[in-house]
Amino acid sequence: MTNSDRNRLKDKAFQVFGIFCTFIGLAVLAIFLIDILIDGLGRINWEFLNNLPSRRAHRAGIYTAWIGTLWILLMTTVIAFPLGIAAGIYLEEYGKKSRMATLLEINIANLAGVPSIIYGLLGLEIFVRLMALGGSLLAGALTLSLLILPIVIVTTREAIKAVPRSIRDGSFALGASKWQTVWHQVLPASFGGILTGVILALSRAVGEAAPLIVIGALAYVPFAPASPMDEFTVLPIQIFNWISRPQAAFTTNAAAAIIVLLFITFILNGIAVYLRHKWQKRIKW
Amino acid sequence: MSKKNNKLEAINLNAYYGDFLALKNINVAMEENLVTAFIGPSGCGKSTFLRTLNRMNDYVDGFRIEGQILLDDQDIYKKEVRVDELRKQVGMVFQKPNPFPKTIYENVIYGLKIQGINDKNLLQETAEKTLRQTTLWDEVKDKLHKSALALSGGQQQRLCIARALAISPSVVLMDEPTSALDPISTAKIEELIYELKKDYTIIIVTHNMQQAGRVSDHTAFFYMGELVEFAKTKTLFTSPKDTRTQNYITGRFG
Repeated sequence: MTNSDRNRLKDKAFQVFGIFCTFIGLAVLAIFLIDILIDGLGRINWEFLNNLPSRRAHRAGIYTAWIGTLWILLMTTVIAFPLGIAAGIYLEEYGKKSRMATLLEINIANLAGVPSIIYGLLGLEIFVRLMALGGSLLAGALTLSLLILPIVIVTTREAIKAVPRSIRDGSFALGASKWQTVWHQVLPASFGGILTGVILALSRAVGEAAPLIVIGALAYVPFAPASPMDEFTVLPIQIFNWISRPQAAFTTNAAAAIIVLLFITFILNGIAVYLRHKWQKRIKW
Repeated sequence: MSKKNNKLEAINLNAYYGDFLALKNINVAMEENLVTAFIGPSGCGKSTFLRTLNRMNDYVDGFRIEGQILLDDQDIYKKEVRVDELRKQVGMVFQKPNPFPKTIYENVIYGLKIQGINDKNLLQETAEKTLRQTTLWDEVKDKLHKSALALSGGQQQRLCIARALAISPSVVLMDEPTSALDPISTAKIEELIYELKKDYTIIIVTHNMQQAGRVSDHTAFFYMGELVEFAKTKTLFTSPKDTRTQNYITGRFG
């Protein structure tokens, strides 16, 4: 066997191995999806989406949960989006390179890896107790905002960093201030990337149960929240609650709720992919 | 050279990046409505000097200068000088064409827009005028509202020149404006420089000595942060006084 034959064989072997690895990941996901669909798809109907929670499995619905999830989604966006983007812009465009800045940078990156339940405890102490917000939507949204803020900041910085230096130079050379340059050049050119990051971060927040349970979001809320100060539940908590019950009918409910949650996540991810695609097509350096 | 025609003048200028002395005691005057070329090997300080003339180096960490740079006899590094006002006077064209990822029209009027000028007629007139000045008008008049990134490299560079002219500067700095372009685009830009010097004072950094010879009236030779020789272009190329200049222009180094 010649050297080049051996190389070709290695090449082939790695290819097969790679396909195998990819397949394992996809297969597990597919089995999970099929299982959930078989269990839950039949349970999804108008009543299920519109009913309040109940002790009787066949009458229980996820109305309060998905309304709560949408509230949380919206409020977290409103809080985390401007804060995260502003912080990212500051760190990337304004902050001077210093030891302090490097320290800050490392810490923000580390914060992205802190377990979500820790954020729940932080939220419990600060928002629920200190600020006396109770187990309200506002407390929940603030807690989840803390959770995704590091991700939003890091993706914002990455997106901003991808805008070439020459664009900023061109803008400065025409007499633009730093803010004008950020507003007219850097942000429009990086907005696709920023948005993608924010949406992916949100789709993580949507799936969180632990930190919200810690701040006191309830599984049983007899009414849909109507204001940010109302108590609430979200789909993951509802799912967690149903799954821990012994009756099979509740497990079916949980499967159905999982399908709805997955649907919301898929839509969010779909939007992210679409935006990235659209922006990338528009701007080529 | 009579003093009254000096548009830009450097007096005892030292420039530092941190501890590194990048420009050593530069004294030079650039005359109004002439083209002054800066030549010299890479790292000799010519681009650094060019970028001190509109204070683009302000954004470089650790950069500082000593001495003075006078624009119309006013020190541009004085505390009360506003950088944005200075840059309305002293425009700049970069080495690599850097159109904004916007339409051609938006590119040209960007400098006016950020000054808060919104008068549609004025913006359109300026756009047409500067695109004609840069001989780009006929090529782009039907696609003013298409992306500037779709233009060829040479067209993009002329657009960048038009963009710089739109805010009516009196000086235009050009940092190797043709080094990324093909010979035909280069020729067009050189013709343009020749036309523009009627109305503007032009300072051009170039690696290409033939180009310096073709377009400039005065040439400054930089070497290791020093201004070695400054003279009429013809004089500098035909009878250089300094041996380093002679070695450089005869291609012995650089």
